Parts: sequence; structure tokens; C-alpha cells
Amino acid sequence: MVAFAMPAGVTRAQVEAIAALAQLDLDPSEVELFTRQLCDILAYVDELQQVDTSGVPPTSHVAPGGASDRPDEVRPSLDPPDALANAPDAARETPLGSFFKVPRVLG
Amino acid sequence: MTTPAPSATIRDLRESVRSGARSAVEICRETLARVRASDPALHAFHTVTADRALARAADLDRDRDRWRDAPLTGVPVAIKDNLCTRGVRTTAASKMLETFVPPYDATAVARLERAGAVMIGKTNCDEFAMGSSTENSAFGPTRNPWALDRTPGGSSGGSAAAVAARLAPLALGSDTGGSIRQPAALCGIVGLKPTYGRVSRYGLLAFASSLDQIGSLTLTVHDAAIALNVIAGADPADATSAPDPVPDYTAALTGDIRGARIGVPSRLLENGPGGPDGIDREVAGAFRTALDAFASRGATLVDVDLPHARHAVAVYYLVATAEASSNLARYDGVRYGFRAPFDRHDDALGSMYARTRAGGFGPEVKRRIMLGTYVLSAGYYEAYYLKAQQVRTLIARDYERAFERVDAVAMPTSPTPAFPIGERVADPLQMYLADVFTVSANLGGLPAVSVPCGFTAGGLPIGLQLVGRRFDEPTVLRLADAYERDTNWWKREPAHV
Repeated sequence: MVAFAMPAGVTRAQVEAIAALAQLDLDPSEVELFTRQLCDILAYVDELQQVDTSGVPPTSHVAPGGASDRPDEVRPSLDPPDALANAPDAARETPLGSFFKVPRVLG
Repeated sequence: MTTPAPSATIRDLRESVRSGARSAVEICRETLARVRASDPALHAFHTVTADRALARAADLDRDRDRWRDAPLTGVPVAIKDNLCTRGVRTTAASKMLETFVPPYDATAVARLERAGAVMIGKTNCDEFAMGSSTENSAFGPTRNPWALDRTPGGSSGGSAAAVAARLAPLALGSDTGGSIRQPAALCGIVGLKPTYGRVSRYGLLAFASSLDQIGSLTLTVHDAAIALNVIAGADPADATSAPDPVPDYTAALTGDIRGARIGVPSRLLENGPGGPDGIDREVAGAFRTALDAFASRGATLVDVDLPHARHAVAVYYLVATAEASSNLARYDGVRYGFRAPFDRHDDALGSMYARTRAGGFGPEVKRRIMLGTYVLSAGYYEAYYLKAQQVRTLIARDYERAFERVDAVAMPTSPTPAFPIGERVADPLQMYLADVFTVSANLGGLPAVSVPCGFTAGGLPIGLQLVGRRFDEPTVLRLADAYERDTNWWKREPAHV
């Protein structure tokens, strides 16, 4: 296992790349603010690097016994009108059916 | 205050309805009058469901026989606005969900109503429960009933302020890193975060799924036990809800704590984040006095070491933000909530997503999505997220080891009393450190209660926290109730009631 070299800080370019991954259209002042604040927070959490975790398993959940299984059976779910009630844009009971409407996906 | 204070606790209100001394409608009217009088100054509520509440109370009165023995008949309840309520706007204090009307009820809400409770409204909180002061609400902060220039804590600050101001004897909250216990402490009331899995999370707008848990804010420990009796239990709609039987939690409140062993993590308290000066002097003093009260009732105080607990805030802000970045991906302007205008000539769908999320989320939510996305991204996953999950294991083991020797671990709930509105908003890290004593219970999935343990010289409440073994709510509640019997701090009412 390689020792992890911790980044000295977060750059504006990294923040812009992360914003693109997170689907957030940040304005330049937000990019600047988050660059500074993420640097501060990451400098703080850097203390974890001092902790010896060799051989320690990660904990991803604390559900007792893990999530339980249930039979794979069809059960009642939302009616289409209820499911569409909060949609910003939807087609309801058209000849093609009821569905959410979204902007153009392909060019 | 112009309207008379209704009999304050769940227990008293319930009994007055059962005996016929008061009707559900009378209690509901009084409660709504108090909300109208007090809430403009506090802003504990986003939405007050007055008509619906009165209709519901009238139904209960009309059908008295059917509801006579239900545990919460006629009891007004307030619900944190990140819990879905069928037909009632549920915003999570976010512009993203300003107009969202859920088509279903959260299981915990449905259980309260099945027990005869009357929902009077939805309470303010930090946006998507992300914060420790309720200042991150898109609809303005909630004020602390003990000092209107201070925060009530957060993120369940509206729920805490409502109960502290006697606007409802019970409010539901959610607790991901302290969001029930810290505002309970800062508002002088009782906050219970049950064991992970004890209460169904179905219908809770997810923040960090391995940490989130629904719980209660009440005036007394006995009321917390009554509420847990109702909301606890397995739910087919939440695969992480535990099948363990639900005992009668009020039966545990015997007042007898002789022989109980209470762990005190003195090394953490002396040298935690912030160092020896990290805990306010008056908070430390009230905590020590409270420990003496436990000892006087026959409990034994035992020093315990939780060597990794001082890393809990760092672990928490990596794990919680990673999970949040994933959970909040669902807010994309397609199925519900806010949708931003988009550029038809550009990458239309992608630009709609990114503008919707930029316009719908507030700064703290964006900051956490950014941090979570960063720590999960290629190249940083092992150094941050995996490392945090490993230290999470070590923190949970610290508690397991402590519980071999003690029945509960005691700490101050918050290192400081309520802080002024605006003081910490510019410094997120400082705000995060407010959670130093509460986040460990979420990381370990452990039950924890905050109970009032005194006041500062300036009249601000102080809270004491007891953390227990998994599913051992009976022990933490018994200890907290015994302490409450000796002190009754909850009987002091805030100035703004």
C-alpha cells in the first residue's frame, strides 16, 4: 500500500471540476469561496492521517444485521397522477401515456 | 402573553382529554392561539396547519369511544419540515422544495396520527438538515425563546423552539450528527436520538443514510418515552428498521439508578477539539454538578477513555458529506421541486440540471455536496472517505469497550450555550465543531438523550447528554428521568413564552 500524499490544498480548477461532477453551475464568487473553505475543512480533517488504521475494516453502515431481505413481490405504489403531481413539467393522460417532460437530451 | 398556557406535558394533556376535563378541540384552539401570538417573534414554524388540525381534533372529539385509549389522543405535535406529510407542503427549508407536496406520510408521522396526535404544523430547520443553528433555512432563521438574538441550535431548531416555547408538547426532529440533541440542549428541553434502526426513516428526506435517525423533542424524559413507544418499531418500507420488539419505555422510568455505572470521558473533555478551553466554563460547571446528582442517587461514576472520539467531527464531515452528495443527486428539476430556466441551444438537459441545482440549493448544501463529491472522487477516495470509515470503526470500538464497564457515557451535549445569530455563519468549520460531543453516537448508531442540566448566569439553558448501548434506550431514559426528578429544570419557562 502506498502512503497517501495529501494534497496541500484545493485549486480553483479542481473546484470547477468537482462542480461539474456534482452538476452545480457555480458562479465565480462561489468557486472562490468554496476553494478557500474546502482548503480549510480538508486541512482540519487531515488529522485523520495520524490515526493508525492498518488492518481496520471500514464501517459503511450500522444497521443491525444489515438491511433485511423481503420477498420480491409486486406491491401497491404511487398512482401516476400522484407521482406526476409535483413535476415541474409533465404530460398527463396523453395518447402516449403519462410522463415527466425534460429538455432535449440529444442534439 | 395573552393566551393561557395549556397544561404543558404530553402526559397531562393526554390525561385531561381522557378524563373529559378538556376536549381535543379546546386544546387545539389554545395551542393555535399561542402559535399565532408567539411565532412571529420565533419563526419556529414554516407552515401552520390550523384548519386541518381543528378538523382532526373535532373528529377525535366526535369519536371519543374509539380514541379513548390511544396514547396521544388530542396531543398537538409539530413536525420538522424534512418529514413528509401527505397533502402538506414539505420543504426541508430549501428553495428546491418550496412547493413540494408529498403524496405520502413518513411512517413516524403516520404512527403519531394513528396514536391520536393532532399535527399543528411543520417546523423550520437548516436546509436539508445541514447545520447547527437553523440559520441555513432558505426561509429565515428561527430564534431561541430564551434569547431572541441567539440561535436555537440546529438543525431541528424550529422543533426545539416550538417545544421550549410551549407551542407543542412534542415535536419530531431528525438527528444526523446532533440535530435533535444540540437544539434540545440550547433550548432547555429533552431531545432523544434513538438507536439507528429503532425508528423507521421512511419519508424522511435523506441527508446521510447511515447516520440519519428520527427522534423526539419534548419537555420531559417521560414524554420522550411515551413518544418513542409510538414511533419505534419495524417498518416494511425501511429495510434498515430493526425487528427488535418495542418495550414499554415508560416502564423503565423507575427513579432507581442505584448501582448504575456512568462513564465520564475526562480525557476527551479536557483535551478535545478546542483543547482545555474548548468547553464553556459554565457548561463544564453545570456538567460536574449534574454528575454529583447522579452519584447522590446511587450511580457510580467511572472514568472511561474514548481515544478516537476527538476525531469524530473529522470523520463525520467526510462520511456525512459523501452520503449527502449521493442522496441529493435526486434533486434535478425533473420529478419534483424547483426547475431553473435552461438554454435550449446548449446541452439542454445538462444545463437544466446544473442551473436547477445552483439555483435551488443554498450555500451550506452546495458546500457539503462539493466536499462529498471531492472526497468520493478518484484519487481521494482512499485518503479521505475510506480513511474516515476506518476511523469510524475505531470510534465505535471505543464505545463498545467502554460499555463493557459502564451502562452509559455522560458528556455535555454542546460545548457552549446558545450562540448569537450570525456569529458563526462565515466560518463553517467553527460551526461544525459545535457537534463535537454529539456526532459519535451517530457514527456508532447508539441511542443518546440530552436532558437540561442548568442555566448560565445569563439565563441560557445547558444540556447533558447520555449515550447508551444499542437498543438500550431504557437505561439512558431511566438515568435521565432520575436526574430530571431531582432537578426539574424543564419547569423553568423561557422569557418569550
